[in-house]
Amino acid sequence: MLLAPDHITEEGEFIINMGPQHPATHGVLHLKIWLDGETIKKIEPQLGYIHRSIEKMCESLSYRQFIYVTSRMDYLSAHMNNQACALAVEKGLQIEATPRAQAIRVLLGELTRLSSHLLWWASTGLDLGGITPFFYAFRERETINTILEETCGTRLTQNFIVPGGVMYDIHPDFQKKVKDLIKQFRANYHEYDEILTGNVIFQNRLKGVGYISKEDAISYGCTGPTARASGISCDIRKLAPYDGYDKLKFDEVILSGGDCWARYQVRMAEIIQSLNILEQLIDNIPEGDFLAKTKNVVKLNKGDIYQRVETARGELGVYIVSDGAATPYRCKFRSPNFSNLSAIPHIAKGAKIGDLMAIMATVDLVIPDIDR
Amino acid sequence: MFLKNYIGDIFSSIKSLLTGMKLTGYYFTHLKEIVTEEYPDNRGTLKMAERFRGEVIMPHNENNEHRCTGCQACELACPNASIKIVTKQETQPDGKKKKRIDTFVYRLDMCTFCNLCVNACPSEAIVMGQKFEHSVYDKKQLKKILNFPNSKLMEGVEE
Amino acid sequence: MNTPTPYSFASLATGIHAWLRQAISNDTLLQVTEMVITGVCLLVFLVLLCFFLGYMERKVAAFMEIRLGPNRVGPKGSLQIVADTLKLLFKEGLTPNGADKFLFNLAPGIMVVTSMMAVAPIAFAKNFQIWDINIGVLYVSAISSMAVIGILMAGWSSNNKYSLIGAMRSGAQIVSYELSIGLSLITIVILSGSLQLSEIVESQANGWWIFKGHIPVIIAFVIFIIASTAEINRAPFDLTEAEQELTGGFHTEYAGMKFAMFLLSEYINLFIVSAIAATIFLGGWMPFHIGSLPAFNHVMDYIPSFMWFFGKTFFIVFIIMWFRWTFPRLRIDQLLNLEWKYLLPISMVNILIVTAMAIFGWHF
Ligand code: SF4
Ligand code: SF4
Repeated sequence: MLLAPDHITEEGEFIINMGPQHPATHGVLHLKIWLDGETIKKIEPQLGYIHRSIEKMCESLSYRQFIYVTSRMDYLSAHMNNQACALAVEKGLQIEATPRAQAIRVLLGELTRLSSHLLWWASTGLDLGGITPFFYAFRERETINTILEETCGTRLTQNFIVPGGVMYDIHPDFQKKVKDLIKQFRANYHEYDEILTGNVIFQNRLKGVGYISKEDAISYGCTGPTARASGISCDIRKLAPYDGYDKLKFDEVILSGGDCWARYQVRMAEIIQSLNILEQLIDNIPEGDFLAKTKNVVKLNKGDIYQRVETARGELGVYIVSDGAATPYRCKFRSPNFSNLSAIPHIAKGAKIGDLMAIMATVDLVIPDIDR
Repeated sequence: MFLKNYIGDIFSSIKSLLTGMKLTGYYFTHLKEIVTEEYPDNRGTLKMAERFRGEVIMPHNENNEHRCTGCQACELACPNASIKIVTKQETQPDGKKKKRIDTFVYRLDMCTFCNLCVNACPSEAIVMGQKFEHSVYDKKQLKKILNFPNSKLMEGVEE
Repeated sequence: MNTPTPYSFASLATGIHAWLRQAISNDTLLQVTEMVITGVCLLVFLVLLCFFLGYMERKVAAFMEIRLGPNRVGPKGSLQIVADTLKLLFKEGLTPNGADKFLFNLAPGIMVVTSMMAVAPIAFAKNFQIWDINIGVLYVSAISSMAVIGILMAGWSSNNKYSLIGAMRSGAQIVSYELSIGLSLITIVILSGSLQLSEIVESQANGWWIFKGHIPVIIAFVIFIIASTAEINRAPFDLTEAEQELTGGFHTEYAGMKFAMFLLSEYINLFIVSAIAATIFLGGWMPFHIGSLPAFNHVMDYIPSFMWFFGKTFFIVFIIMWFRWTFPRLRIDQLLNLEWKYLLPISMVNILIVTAMAIFGWHF
């Protein structure tokens, strides 16, 4: 698509530039919006403000090192990004992480998903003008982050996964604290309903806003909760299970509404599903090693590998081309946010400015993942 | 029918709004629920998790000895070249010359706290420290030398 | 009610008047002097009030959000807002390139002046009122709708599209909500038969209107609170600022002292609508009386009248703050829906009922 020059506006239209610094874009996204009064006629996302050429960087980093860089893509799903890369490397080495390591990965992954969804919930409230929910969500998120910090040493960009397993065993307090968290979360969950979900203003802001049909969602390549709200079954945890997700019982939440409200409900239900997964696994972590034996210098055979995982925002694909050296020849990430963003101009056409906030909030973009 | 819906709408909306106000009202009147940590004031009691990645440090024992052999595995493992090891040849008491570290340069300003160096070290010479208040006025102060002056290699690490 | 109440401001004011009368013989000069004194007192009072309201808002917000709120400057953070004001004072007042300089600088002034003008007819305590104009209710609603001029001016002159959208929203918003404010005020005007604020207060000597007027007045009260929250652009109706949408709306381009003046006017407006609600529906400075309990009533009389007034006012201020820190924001079309499809029809029906009540004397 060619970028239209600034001055092409019809009678009565005007252009506003939302971003790169704007309170609601959660980062340096720049949306150029053609407006007719309050109604959006056209949106043109402009990218590149936070491009760090992660894919190129990966070409000069070894297979052990390149995992940590991916934490900086979708920083809210850092753990899942790392998991995708580690799984890809393991696929290339034709090894598997030990059962204990897999369980730890899943546990930490679901904790990360919870923490990411909580941040999403908080910022959805914030984007729609309610500031208070933010703090309620951060109370639970703080507990999660403390658990992550105890085991991984970091709160956001964990880098806890190494090819073949995880860096350390879980912290001795881990199981107890996760159980406490589940209890705390279930006890506080009704507050989320009371302050935001049940609120009539909030519901009216989301219901019937930002509709995307199943066909459009597929053709734009939407994944994750955004697509599942349009009735597409696309949970990689179900479709191509990894790290033992096939042994766990959880539902793939699929709604057919396709509007912001459906997207909201999908994520809220996923929070509960994540809690269920945690509950199933926390007492059943297999004994054994947390790290499979690997060579010091990891070298993959010539060829290419594709591995996908379900991050908090959708499907992350890692494509590695190896020429047999210690670093990837080419590395490509299929990031969920990029595809989801591409649907926004379609979704938001004809909406009001206020609706755009609801759409952006429920599609839940993380900008560094778009630019990489 | 229309009127019934209309009035029903009003009442259900008011009810949903009041539920929200009840919640905020609850927290307004229950100050013990406050979760804020008063950070700079609680420095005395603040304890970071033991695995917390604050900075890379090299523990020395009471005889000013460390465990670093200068094998440079950490330097290789570091993805962004935050570690630079300068080695020197040192004459041992038995007359043999051996490689020892001269300076272990660690650039905190470039470190991403990925823990790969600690993982790579075969002799457990470096660990992650808990200190996290690293702000300084001069960037040069973030370039640290981790081995203490005149420190020695601990006996028995090298084998 | 002729027993002198303690801490009477009225006697203080009379005393000052008598003293000035001795000192200045010229009538015009006397009046000018008194006006200047009142003006200065009012300014100081309003600035202090805004400090307090700002502090109160931060603490209320913090406690509802399970935070501590300001707690570093002064005891319990009470001087934080003073520090912030100082900071704003020392900041550079930027004027954006391409802005209409004259209007840009005038707008904050208009905002503050219009909100201050509306303070004049409010009865702060028994017999203590700056200007007991006989059309007080009309005056207040007329003046308060002038704030939209300041907002439009600010939005238009900033040469910023966000500001312009914000200003346009505020135009639509204030013009519509003006109606239901007017209508809900009229219910009490009908019942008390006067537009004069002091008389409306007097008419509540035997019970506040909210108790005397049954359900219709309660409905009017609720509508007044909702509509006035919208009128003063506070969340959930803060579409003109809408930080997440319009990055601050009409005051996006303002900095420093000019921005502080917008804040000042926002808080004065908040105070005014609460004061009007307290005066009209909750009996202003009238103490709380229960008909058949003379002893109880007597105790209530000993609470100074200004305490009653401020108590009621801050109660309503608190409710409006409570709204702000609980609800998400409406969208512009929902905002107008709420007014035209709900508040306005209800107020109209309500007015009919109240009129019938007044004619047949169904209230107490
Ligand atoms: S923690 Fe990572 S970035 Fe920092 S020095 Fe070690 S390997 Fe390098
Ligand atoms: S710190 Fe460890 S890895 Fe690095 S040079 Fe010393 S012994 Fe080798």
